[in-house]
Amino acid sequence: MYEKLASFAQTWGLLLFILAFVLVLIYALAPGNKKKFDEAKRIPLEDDEPEEEDR
Amino acid sequence: MLNRHELLEKHGWLLSVAILVVVAIGGVVEIAPLFYLESTIEKVEGVRPYSPLELKGRNIYIREGCYVCHSQQVRPLRDEVERYGHYSLAAESMYDHPFQWGSKRTGPDLARVGGKYSDEWHRQHMIDPRSLVPESVMPPYKFLLENQLDYEHIEADLKALRAVGVPYTDEMIENAKSDITTQLDPFADDYDAFLARYPKAQVRDFDGEPRKVTEMDALIAYMQMLGTLVDFETYQAEENYR
Amino acid sequence: MANTRVAQRGLGTDGMLIALALGIGVFYWLFVAARAVDPLMSFHAYVFIIGFTAGLFGLVMYATTPPAEETGYQTAVVKAGVFASTFWGIAGFLVGVIIALQLAFPNLLYFDALGWTNFGRLRPLHTSAVIFAFGGNVLIATSFYVVQRTSRARLAGGLAPWFVFWGYNLFIVVAATGYLAGVTQSKEYAEPEWYADLWLTIVWVVYLLVFLGTIWKRKEPHIYVANWFYLSFIVTIAMLHIVNNLALPVSLTGSKSYSLFAGVQDALTQWWYGHNAVGFFLTTGFLAIMYYFIPKRAERPVYSYRLSIVHFWSLIFIYIWAGPHHLHYTALPEWAQTLGMTFSIMLWMPSWGGMINGLMTLSGAWDKLRTDPVLRMLVVSVAFYGMSTFEGPVMSVRAVNSLSHYTDWTIGHVHSGALGWVGYISFGALYCLVPWLWKRKDLYSRALVEWHFWISTLGILLYITSMWVSGIMQGLMWRAYNDFGFLEFSFVETVEAMHPYYIIRALGGSLFLIGSFIMAYNLWRTARGDLRAGEKRPVMAPQPALAE
Repeated sequence: MYEKLASFAQTWGLLLFILAFVLVLIYALAPGNKKKFDEAKRIPLEDDEPEEEDR
Repeated sequence: MLNRHELLEKHGWLLSVAILVVVAIGGVVEIAPLFYLESTIEKVEGVRPYSPLELKGRNIYIREGCYVCHSQQVRPLRDEVERYGHYSLAAESMYDHPFQWGSKRTGPDLARVGGKYSDEWHRQHMIDPRSLVPESVMPPYKFLLENQLDYEHIEADLKALRAVGVPYTDEMIENAKSDITTQLDPFADDYDAFLARYPKAQVRDFDGEPRKVTEMDALIAYMQMLGTLVDFETYQAEENYR
Repeated sequence: MANTRVAQRGLGTDGMLIALALGIGVFYWLFVAARAVDPLMSFHAYVFIIGFTAGLFGLVMYATTPPAEETGYQTAVVKAGVFASTFWGIAGFLVGVIIALQLAFPNLLYFDALGWTNFGRLRPLHTSAVIFAFGGNVLIATSFYVVQRTSRARLAGGLAPWFVFWGYNLFIVVAATGYLAGVTQSKEYAEPEWYADLWLTIVWVVYLLVFLGTIWKRKEPHIYVANWFYLSFIVTIAMLHIVNNLALPVSLTGSKSYSLFAGVQDALTQWWYGHNAVGFFLTTGFLAIMYYFIPKRAERPVYSYRLSIVHFWSLIFIYIWAGPHHLHYTALPEWAQTLGMTFSIMLWMPSWGGMINGLMTLSGAWDKLRTDPVLRMLVVSVAFYGMSTFEGPVMSVRAVNSLSHYTDWTIGHVHSGALGWVGYISFGALYCLVPWLWKRKDLYSRALVEWHFWISTLGILLYITSMWVSGIMQGLMWRAYNDFGFLEFSFVETVEAMHPYYIIRALGGSLFLIGSFIMAYNLWRTARGDLRAGEKRPVMAPQPALAE
């Protein structure tokens, strides 16, 4: 039981995690997403619309 | 994939689910096998459920936050084994709901404190730690001697523990209340039956006040049995290597 | 009467639901109080009854006041959170100083007649007060602020955010009074008993719904990265809280419960929880603060948004595995210990990725550190974050851990993270928030922020260094052998050796506490609208609240 689980984790498990990480990297670094991120990163700086009274 | 991440970014609930999946993996992989791998808990003789008095003492130990300064886990390191005794086994805490391994030793480890000091030492040490150990930083617990032990609902405690997996028998639950006073009185009628229920239990008045059942009785009874159940002369370490 | 009724705003669906829940709650707790099997349970039943009744009273007061226009952002609940954070912060630091002094001067600070003030009961009070009462209120307040601003939408749920705020603080009161009275399930940082845990679960689900609801309403196409971090904090804490607190109550009208798990399984569940309370309460939540408040204060966007994405996913994935490093050399199977250690070391990378992202946001604007003590506090907190996330992986190595575990080194490590990182990023956020929320031109005094910064920095340094020395010394003394091959020191000799360091530690903690008093005074004067005369103030950038 232990050996089975360990060998699965050390092969397929490892591969899966690396794959997931690569996908995150691709997403983050894809040139097509650059514009989107540049917009997103300015969100906190452009939120100064007038504030109304609230309850 | 690219568009899918965009989905996550735009829908809060999808993002929440994705987060939950990602953070669940580690816990499942690490914790779940502990319930299924038979090698997790060693096979040893002697570990039994706590007697009602010991259980009460354990609950006082928890209530007072003793675990904050005392561990109950001897690591397999030379100095620890020499200082405290045989390293702790998983089996020794298999009936501990919750575990009391602790995380800090402001005071010494207590996993094997049972039998190391006399009842009278414990009593005095609880009343005024610095009267015996001048450098100690432990708080005094004199009030335990003044507090009567409340064990009116002790059967309910045993039943709850049985429901979460501690093998308390019907007989143990039936006799729970009287077992408290039996453990405090070596001349009790039920002495032999009690010891059959809880082998190696120590039977005597623990707090030096035979007429009263105090919280001090319960706590010292618990301290004196800690780490005494397993017979390490017969324990095969190699067979249980994980 | 008809006239007055027109002028009342009444309760919407949100208010009705809350009133209904509180009403049912009052009856439930009256029932429990009547049938309680132990005095602690009836005591807590009354605490709940008082809390719920006060809530109903508040709803009536609300419903009978004239209606106000409900546009713009919900800031009142954030203001309440600022109050609560400051109050609980001071309370938590104060208890910390008291227990530090107890260990330094046990003869003076333990009393036979006051068993409930013993170290074992006050220490959970300290840890919960700083983590959950102070940290939790900072997180709830800032998350409510940030999610509105970055979504350009008012908080969802009407009165629900108020339910979250008061419900959470009621949980804190129940937990804190419970510790003093002796109600605990002994799981570190999860000490409250089953009924308090259930109440927190209800509050937390509403919190998640309010947060998600606000994101749902947003007018921005993107969910800003700070909100991802807040969301991971809310979701993961829910998971950890529920699993680690699974327990069977002895009686439905009693305070005592027994954990569903035992021994080794219980230990790993607890430290999976315990480590990730650090990871997701004290790290991702406060990283969200970093990702909003540092760019905002420095008036420049975060250094790399791409890095923040990689940072986010790798941090939350890896963090959750690191728990077993709290159980090195114990009866936990070795494979689990190894996994925990491996992931703890890997954790170094995303942690430093986040630190770099925070620090480099300042690139090109480093001069602001000289002129703006608030920004300096925020940035120094990130530096402390980097330091303690370097120290953590080192301590998770089994060989190092065999020395450091059970000693004050761990306490020092925790406090470099708690005082330096969590404390400073929170203080920085509070210093930002008060002028923004109360619409003040500037803080009452920047000089007082300087004082706060330097006094508490000195305090932190004294604290950490004394705990390093005492921890490593004690670890070495425990394993020291004399020439004859015997253990050289008895346990109590190592306790005696700690004494001077315990005094230094208490001094460090006191300085940190003094700093928080200075902050409270400064924030209060700021909220009142005072400006300390004679202070040089740089030309302030437009602040969000002043744009009208």
